[in-house]
Order: sequence, then C-alpha cells, then structure tokens
Amino acid sequence: MDKATAPRVPLSHLDELWFQVGGTRCNLTCSHCFISCSPHNKSFDFLSLATVERYLQEASKLGVREFYFTGGEPFLNVEMVAILKRTLEFGPATVLTNGTVLRKEWLEELAEAEKRSGYSLEFRISIDGPTAETNDPIRGEGSFPRIVEGLRLLVDAGFLPILTATRVWKDEEHNATVEQFLELLLSVGCRQPRIKILPTLQLGAEETRTQGYSPSTRLSVEELEGFDTRQLVCEHSRIVTDRGVYVCPLLIESRSAYHGATLSDALGDAVLSEGACTTCYQYGALCANPSSALGQKGITGGGAAS
Amino acid sequence: MTKGAATRSLNLGKINDCCIALFGGIYSNYLALEKACNDAKGRGATKLFCLGDMGAFGPHPDRVFPLLKQHQVICVQGNYDDSVGNGREDCQCGYLDERDNRFAQISYDYTLSHTSAENRTWLKELPTEIRFLWNGKRVLLCHGSPRRTNEFLWESTSSTAFLEYLAQEYQADIAACTHTGLHWERKLTGGKRFINVGALGRPANDGQTCVWYALLSIQSGDLKLEFVPLAYEHEQLACEMEAERLPAEFIETVRTGWWTSCLEVLPGRERKQGKF
Repeated sequence: MDKATAPRVPLSHLDELWFQVGGTRCNLTCSHCFISCSPHNKSFDFLSLATVERYLQEASKLGVREFYFTGGEPFLNVEMVAILKRTLEFGPATVLTNGTVLRKEWLEELAEAEKRSGYSLEFRISIDGPTAETNDPIRGEGSFPRIVEGLRLLVDAGFLPILTATRVWKDEEHNATVEQFLELLLSVGCRQPRIKILPTLQLGAEETRTQGYSPSTRLSVEELEGFDTRQLVCEHSRIVTDRGVYVCPLLIESRSAYHGATLSDALGDAVLSEGACTTCYQYGALCANPSSALGQKGITGGGAAS
Repeated sequence: MTKGAATRSLNLGKINDCCIALFGGIYSNYLALEKACNDAKGRGATKLFCLGDMGAFGPHPDRVFPLLKQHQVICVQGNYDDSVGNGREDCQCGYLDERDNRFAQISYDYTLSHTSAENRTWLKELPTEIRFLWNGKRVLLCHGSPRRTNEFLWESTSSTAFLEYLAQEYQADIAACTHTGLHWERKLTGGKRFINVGALGRPANDGQTCVWYALLSIQSGDLKLEFVPLAYEHEQLACEMEAERLPAEFIETVRTGWWTSCLEVLPGRERKQGKF
C-alpha cells in the first residue's frame, strides 16, 4: 500500500516503552520468528545500560507507564540484570525471554530488586508446544527441557512466569494444548499458572515456514473508522533499538516503522501500511500483558479531561 | 490526547466538609453498602461518594439503589453501570481469558436481568467523573482512570511518572478511582495524591472477609487518608447468593476473602498475594 493513502494513528500517550535490548541475537533459531533472530543475526545489536538509562529518563518525563524488554534473547545481553534492576527504579518491567539461559543467581538478585521497588517484574517465557515433540520443531532440537528448567528457576525464585505461546497448532488441538500448558506449569510448582497465546505473524522466518502477508492484506482508512484504535500497539507504544526508535515492536525490520534517532523524534503518527498491522487490528492488545491490555471490547467513553 | 466522546462531568464547585467517604465498586453488595454508609457517617463523613459499579457479582442488584438514595451517595458511572444502563452485551471489563469471561458473563447477565428499567435509566445517566474543590485541592473522582472508565490501574504496574502525568493532564491534585477493587495510594509531587479506594463489593483478595473503603478528612489543614476495613454480614450475603444460584466460586470469595475469578488481569505481584 502507498504510505500516503494508508491509515494513520496518532500516539495518544506513551504508555509502554519497549527496548530491543537483545537486538536480533538469540541462542535459538525459531522457525516462526518474525524478525528471524539467531546466533548469527546481528542486524540489531544489544542495547547498553547507558542507552537504556537515557531512555528511561526521557520516557519518564513523558509519563510512561511501563517498560518491556525483548530481543533476540534479552539475557544474552551481559548487562541485562543491571538493566532490569535500574528499570525497576522507574516503573514496572516485563521481559520476553526464551527461558533457556536464565541463572538462579540472576533471578534471586532480580527478585530482591522487585521486592525493593514496589513495581512488578514480569517474565514472559516463550514456548510453542507443551511437549518436546510439539515445541522442538519450532524452537529447535533440545530446547523443550531447557525452557522447562527456566520456568522452574523462575518459580523457585518466587516469580509467576507468563507462559507465552504462538498459536502454531490446529484449531481442534487448541483446548487440549492449553490444558497441557497448564499442567506443565503446575508440574514445575507454579500454583497460579498464567498463559498468553499469540497469533502467528507472517513476517521474518514465518514467511518461509508458512507464508507472508499478501500485498493486498493491508488496512484501509475505512476499516479504521469507528475502530477503537487504543487496541493498536502503535497508539500508545514505541520501541528503542540500537538503530533508533521504531513505531512497533513487530516492525523493526520495516523502513516505514522507523521514526527517528530519539524518542522525541518518534512521537508522530504511526502509518499502518504493513501487513502485520492487520494482525494487530484483528487481535488487539497483542503485545501487552493481560494486566495492561485494554481488552477486545474497550469502552469508548470514560472520564476525560474537562 | 484521547478524549472520551461520552464524558459527563459533574462539578460540585467548592465543598466545605471536614470529612468525606469514597466507596468503590458495590457489586450488588447492599449489606456492605448499608454498613459502610452508617460506618462512614459515624466517623464524621458528611458526604458519601461511590466511584461506580453498583451491580455485579452479588445478589439482588435493585437493593442497592434505595440505599444510595436514602444516604444521598453521589455516584460516578462505572463500566458495569454503563453496560447495564445501556443494555450492552457484556460488562466491558475486557477479559481475554475464557474462564474469566465465562464467569464475568454469568455475573453480567444476572445483574442486567435483575435491574429494573428505572434503575437502568438512572445508571445510564450517571456522570463519568465528579470534580470539586476541597481545602484548596482539585479533586477528581473517576472509575477506572481519569482517561478511561475501564482502565485498570494496579499499584504494581502504574509508574509514579504515569500517575504524575494523569494528575497533570486531568488537572487533579487528588485523583481517586476503584476499578481494580484493590486499595492503594501513591503520594505524588507537590502534595498530590493518587488513590484507589478499593471496593465494597468483594474482599481485597487477602484472605479476610472484610471489604474496604477510603475516608478522607482534613486535620490541622492537612488531608488525611484512611483505608477503613469493614466487616458486614458476609454469611448472609453468601446464603443469598446461593439462593440466587450464583456461582459457587463467587460465594467462596465472599466466605474466604480470596478471589477465584477474573484473575488473569492481575499483575504478578498482586496475583501472588492471593491464593488462586
């Protein structure tokens, strides 16, 4: 779609600031990864504590509500524990990790930091099947027991991980799969299991595993009319990478999503010109934690400034 | 800035009371409401406010309204009130978890079908926010957040920077909300305060059967906030819920003080404090 005719969404307020803290570097090479992360993908690099710190300060002046950390695998970043500890002095933090490189001593340090801060530190652990047979074809041979061990370490440290799975199974398998995920969490001692299911994004490696978005799969201005745009991540979020600030955590490889070198450069309208915008539009509240999601049927009224 | 198309602001101007009470969601718990009105008046409150969600969860929703009128409780519209008042499909809490949605729908369908047309009209017309000037402070009462009726403001996921932004943007020195049903307070710069007043409708997921409300008073020129635990006839409420065939899970919450449903939206920190 021509960018000039694509629908636009203003940033209502910077509720969430994301950090591509692990760049595109990952110890796994998942076959559905929407930015094709791997041990060899260095197109985006790690963010340093100093860089993160600068954005924490800037975003706090804008009244940011919470921070999310993603990659790649965030815990390949040698400063990750220090970054999370510092972040918890500013606000709540969530880290999206594959769980395979976590260490007991890191988690104990982070549990202490969370306790001191008063804010939540959430861990979203990615897994794509409740067994090695279903998970490993996506996340790689031998990854399943390592993910389970990561879940166990988190639970032992006192965290309640949010098991996060991309829906790569058939519709008829859905209920049984969710049930097995619940059992898996209970088996590692998590008595309050939490699960987040994501749709696949037809980007990156997933384009090869299944297929990409067709060029005609784009949002129109008409489709946005009457739509509660607060469901869209770009309506209230931005993401910091080592190459500048982007409008959407899903679209850092799209030129159209680049918004500038600094946060203040990146507060302009989002242009919904990518195929992935249709997935965000369809599912809503895609990337946020359930505690921050506005739900599929957000109220349109509500108290506003008089 | 997103401005709700349906914003209705009630401005009371300047008030001179020494003590006011702020009640959170009632969720049809008329027994706790009656106790709270009398308790707050006994503690010196001369104005009573409710921050919305009159119905939900409990039995006999219509029993709440005569008490609100009798005690002259000044009310904000919650998402439940908007839904029931306008006959919407669901409560607009926006749950994504299937189990949470199932229980929320049972509660909503019961409440909608047991609320009279007259009370539904009253709910529909409630203001979405109340403002007044008190002891030189601009007070804003809302349901979820100053910007959105069904926004959850949890203590552990609301940065102080964000609360400062809301107070500044929505021109409030004291902002109070309820939606999550868990009471907490954050002191902000310049003497500003952000308060979640808790809820009268169900316990605070802490293993106690009492419910909570907020009492604000002016003492020696300063504002004092007290969260008041309120014991009420919870066993009677549980029996009435059983008679109305409301879910056993809801009744367990009334009897034990632990939440059993609508848990997915809790941040990890708040979730860990509960049993389920």
